[in-house]
Amino acid sequence: MGEQAIVRLEEEHLQPVLVIRVDDLVETAFLLRDTEGYYFDFLSNISAVDYFPEQRFGVVYHLASIPYQTQLTLKVEMENDRQLDNLPEIPSVSTVWRTADWHEREAFDLMGIFFTGHPDLRRILLPDDWQGYPLRKDYEDADTYHGIAIK
Amino acid sequence: MTSYTEGLENYKKKLAAITPQEMVINMGPQHPSTHGVLRLELITDGEVVRDIIPHLGYLHRCFDKHAESMNYGKAIPFTDRLDYLSSMNNSHAFVMGVERMLKIEDKLPKRVEYIRVLVCELNRIASHLIAIGTYGIDIGAFTPFMWCFRDREHIMNMLEWASGSRMLYNYIWVGGLFYDLPVGFEERCQEFVDYFKPKLVELDDLLSNNQIFISRTANIGALPADVAINYGCSGPMLRASGIKWDLRRVDGYSVYPELEFEIPIGKGEMGTLGDCWDRYKVRVDEVTESVKIIEQCLRRLQTDFKRTPDFDPRGLVPKKVNLKAQEYYIRAENPKGELGFHFVTQEKTDVPRRVKARGPSFNNLSVLPELGRGQLIADLIAILGSIDIVLGEVDR
Repeated sequence: MGEQAIVRLEEEHLQPVLVIRVDDLVETAFLLRDTEGYYFDFLSNISAVDYFPEQRFGVVYHLASIPYQTQLTLKVEMENDRQLDNLPEIPSVSTVWRTADWHEREAFDLMGIFFTGHPDLRRILLPDDWQGYPLRKDYEDADTYHGIAIK
Repeated sequence: MTSYTEGLENYKKKLAAITPQEMVINMGPQHPSTHGVLRLELITDGEVVRDIIPHLGYLHRCFDKHAESMNYGKAIPFTDRLDYLSSMNNSHAFVMGVERMLKIEDKLPKRVEYIRVLVCELNRIASHLIAIGTYGIDIGAFTPFMWCFRDREHIMNMLEWASGSRMLYNYIWVGGLFYDLPVGFEERCQEFVDYFKPKLVELDDLLSNNQIFISRTANIGALPADVAINYGCSGPMLRASGIKWDLRRVDGYSVYPELEFEIPIGKGEMGTLGDCWDRYKVRVDEVTESVKIIEQCLRRLQTDFKRTPDFDPRGLVPKKVNLKAQEYYIRAENPKGELGFHFVTQEKTDVPRRVKARGPSFNNLSVLPELGRGQLIADLIAILGSIDIVLGEVDR
């Protein structure tokens, strides 16, 4: 475990970003949380990124270690054809950090990332019957909402 | 193909499967003690809460989408509206993130930094006063509410004098400030501090040691440290559980390393560690610490970094924010906890690709179902009040 999970290390940012394979995400998360020397027990933030016009999405995890006062940024990336019936799928880390529960719901709600294994994946900020994922760069406003013209 | 509506169906099934003696009660979105438009769906058995399903989004104003459609400077007024009780702290965090990416952070004049910290700490006191006052009213103590709002009004007036606006300031800019402090601000601020210190003692006498208040809050909603960390709680929530975690010290941003202040933590004085009383008390103690910081800032602003005719608070404000493609996560200590902004920038444009705001209230609120399960409905109000949420930031 370890080396083969890492795709690459992006060092051009102010904080280096560790890009890892989607399949190894949960295992890596457990490893980072529980291993002495890392103890990344605090998940600050999950943010989903749309790399439009590329057919690619990314999900960025910002971790912090309270005992060692360090920070780490993880990223997973996946290709997707942007169809509404074919959302990009990522394993959920809500079993590792419960913070992920609501953050993943938000990413699902606004960016349309489907987190497999999430206990309660519903829309969180928008109404349950909302169509589409507004934070995607190719999102277009609907003409009507419940039969009311809004344009 | 995976079904994307499975979560929604499970939720509907859960509500349909309640037993005959259980009842579903809606608390909010127009309930006064939800501190805004939060709707809680409670599954209750008599007076006991069996489960809590929070529904958010009534105040969703698309901060992320707005910030991704305009340049960095224009997005600052929107950050003011995230946690509208501590606008200065929000814009400070946002602006620091952009400045670090621009690499002008170290070039800022010290006077700018000290003014920023001064107004942020004033705003922190204002925010905590609301938290303390409205918490009193949740429990049934009306007088502290009036006292807190009376003292907060002085802060609002001072910040209005500096920025021109009462609550939503747009005062801290990328690379500087809107204006220098008005002439006489330091002296008036010192007068306020001298007036405010005895008031704090008064407030402590009235509420902190009030027997009714203690009975309602001690041993209620105790949050163990490991649960708090796992749910991403930060700020006074995490510190009340006994963990010394304050980003002003951990990250040491701005001029905080040069200032002396303590980090108050919960000690379980009245009951269990991390109960509602501890969370309340941490906020009261933080107000005292903020007063200390303000006094130090005032001293420095009147001696080492005095107002000079050639001081230009907008000297480093960039005409256009030109950044190479990169990403950065900035975090800062808000009155409510860790406020973070995740920036993903684009080449050749000053419009970011992605700005995600990580609101502390959003994460602090997510622990509510865990804390409230098995409690009485009346205690749930006490727990919710002690979390101190602002819906502007939960829904963004």
